[in-house]
Amino acid sequence: MTDASAAPDIAIEVKGLTKSFNGREVVHDLSMQVKRGSIYGFLGPNGSGKTTTIRMLCGLLTPDSGEGTCLGYDIRRDADKIKRQVGYMTQRFSLYQDLSVRENLEFVARLYGVPNARAAAREMIERLGLSGREEQLAGELSGGWKQRLALGACTLPNPQLLLLDEPTAGVDPKARRDFWNEIHGLAADGLTVLVSTHYMDEAERCHEIAYIAYGTLLAHGTVDEVIAQSALATWVVTGDGLGALAHELAGKPGVDMVAPFGTSLHVSGRDHAALEATLAPYRSGGGQHWQHGAPSLEDVFIELMSRTKDNFQ
Amino acid sequence: MSATDRGAGRIPPVKPPRFGFLRRTYAMLAKELIQLRRDRLTFAMIVVIPVMQLLLFGYAINTTPRHLPTAVLLQEDSDLGRSILKALENTAYFKFVHEVQSVEEFDNLLLSGKVLFGVEIPRGFERAVRRGEKPALLVAADATDPVAAGSAMSALGQIVQTALEHDRVAGDPGNPPFEIRAHARYNPAASSRLNIVPGLVGTILTMTMLIFTALSVTREIERGTMENLLAMPITPVEVMLGKILPYVGVGFIQASLILGIGVLLFGVPLRGSLPMLAALSTLFITTNLAIGYTFSTLVQNQLQAMQASMMFFLPSILLSGFMFPFAGMPIWAQYLGECLPLTHYLRIVRAIMLKGSTLENLRYDALALAALMLIAMTIAVTRFRRTLD
Repeated sequence: MTDASAAPDIAIEVKGLTKSFNGREVVHDLSMQVKRGSIYGFLGPNGSGKTTTIRMLCGLLTPDSGEGTCLGYDIRRDADKIKRQVGYMTQRFSLYQDLSVRENLEFVARLYGVPNARAAAREMIERLGLSGREEQLAGELSGGWKQRLALGACTLPNPQLLLLDEPTAGVDPKARRDFWNEIHGLAADGLTVLVSTHYMDEAERCHEIAYIAYGTLLAHGTVDEVIAQSALATWVVTGDGLGALAHELAGKPGVDMVAPFGTSLHVSGRDHAALEATLAPYRSGGGQHWQHGAPSLEDVFIELMSRTKDNFQ
Repeated sequence: MSATDRGAGRIPPVKPPRFGFLRRTYAMLAKELIQLRRDRLTFAMIVVIPVMQLLLFGYAINTTPRHLPTAVLLQEDSDLGRSILKALENTAYFKFVHEVQSVEEFDNLLLSGKVLFGVEIPRGFERAVRRGEKPALLVAADATDPVAAGSAMSALGQIVQTALEHDRVAGDPGNPPFEIRAHARYNPAASSRLNIVPGLVGTILTMTMLIFTALSVTREIERGTMENLLAMPITPVEVMLGKILPYVGVGFIQASLILGIGVLLFGVPLRGSLPMLAALSTLFITTNLAIGYTFSTLVQNQLQAMQASMMFFLPSILLSGFMFPFAGMPIWAQYLGECLPLTHYLRIVRAIMLKGSTLENLRYDALALAALMLIAMTIAVTRFRRTLD
């Protein structure tokens, strides 16, 4: 742990990570920093390189170029040391389906050399609220319980850093809420959590977020910072004929994004002047109610994504 | 599809396409061919298995083997003795590979399986022939494999006789000047069961042990548990040993079962030491498990693992001396056979059970098994991928 004391408040620090598979670059020149004890949200569309980045952080993949440290250990050379202090929850349930809850937890505890694996597993079962189900096969658990078990398995060895890859995918809202409460509890105890997700409400529960698309980190900071950085102007339109309006506005100068939100329509653009000019005739047309709105995180992300996609085509 | 097409009742009724059966069959067939082309290992099996079988059956297997390794014990150095040996070698059945000085050496060579035959020319042989005493020429055969020894044994008397006539060593063919006393050791009744039952122990263990571990790593990959396993602090050696050791116990139970049935039901004797048989069987089991595990680290999925196991199993059966006499195979096939653990185990199990051989006799085969095990484990540990790259 002498290495770690060099930067005691930084859990993850990487620079210029790049990774290609079969000539296709999946992560491009990615740099990021995660503070100890924080919850860091990792957002981006499917196939954007989130999983690949997480795997590089815990030594499951070797970066083609770039360097960095995780808990003060070099991600290229010290994968073994990193593994001992990192809990990694894979996107797909990857505990043994044909082992019971207790057997899975005992296996993990033994692998990490937790003293008295049996007791540690029993304690975790109680903490997870899985008492009474400990002899049930992991494969027979419902999605929400599997996810709890997986989280329990990766926190069992008392790691300093949790890497959670889309932990709440396919889990109902109540279980999702419980899960996040648990994560906040862990972070309060000093654990660093890096969590990837698709859900905007989850992003808003993170201390800091990073948005990654097409392997490139596009924005990072607190939620407010990311929204402010986008410099997006957004109009919220309510009233009749929104469908036709959306169709008409799409692609007009200054309009970067048109997105229906329930009974309203969000029209956003980076170039404020151009957006105003395009919208002026519609606003004066009447029939609909126009209002300046703050862009949501989702607006910002979708806009970021559409912008990057252009660069990649 | 435009909005109007979607209206109820506007969709034209779906007519079953003509030749639907053929189209769907073709679609399936085309898909299978594409998958087959992409699956290189299956593709290789299509070619390799028949070619291998043909070559092995065609060239390597010879049920009337010749040039069988033979030891000679010359108790006297005489011209007659020499011409008899020459005549024996000329039959092409025997190949003299060792000339020994004592009966003990002679016996040890047979016990270790280094020779299948021993010829002894007793002291005072030539003089006894001249005096018309009809002395005996001793030929001892390792009859544990009756097929290997049988043809040479049955031809022995006749062939020596004609050879001697040809060499004009002795006169009257109707009244030979000496007799050949052949002794089929270890399996005097030439029962092939005595040979096959111990051989089956090795063959069955090869198949089951290989498959157990061949599936072990690929199963983790296919079920997605490998990612989790790799993210945890465990080393390749630990994974390997953890996956092999449980099956050593399984293999031990299997071996006991087959051997027990062999002894109780088929009356196969156990002339050697049971603890030694158990120890060397455990070594053999571990070697096979290590090889299976090595396959598991080399292939992509469970199907390929099964295929690789079959590819290993086939030559094991054909080239180990299980089905056909090892000594009858051409040299190249014998070299191949030496690389297979089953070859060494067959010698061990047959020698211990039927001949009562000692560890000293079987040192070479035991060391060969250990070497094969270590080679397999080294490959497995170096090939085990610690990352998902």
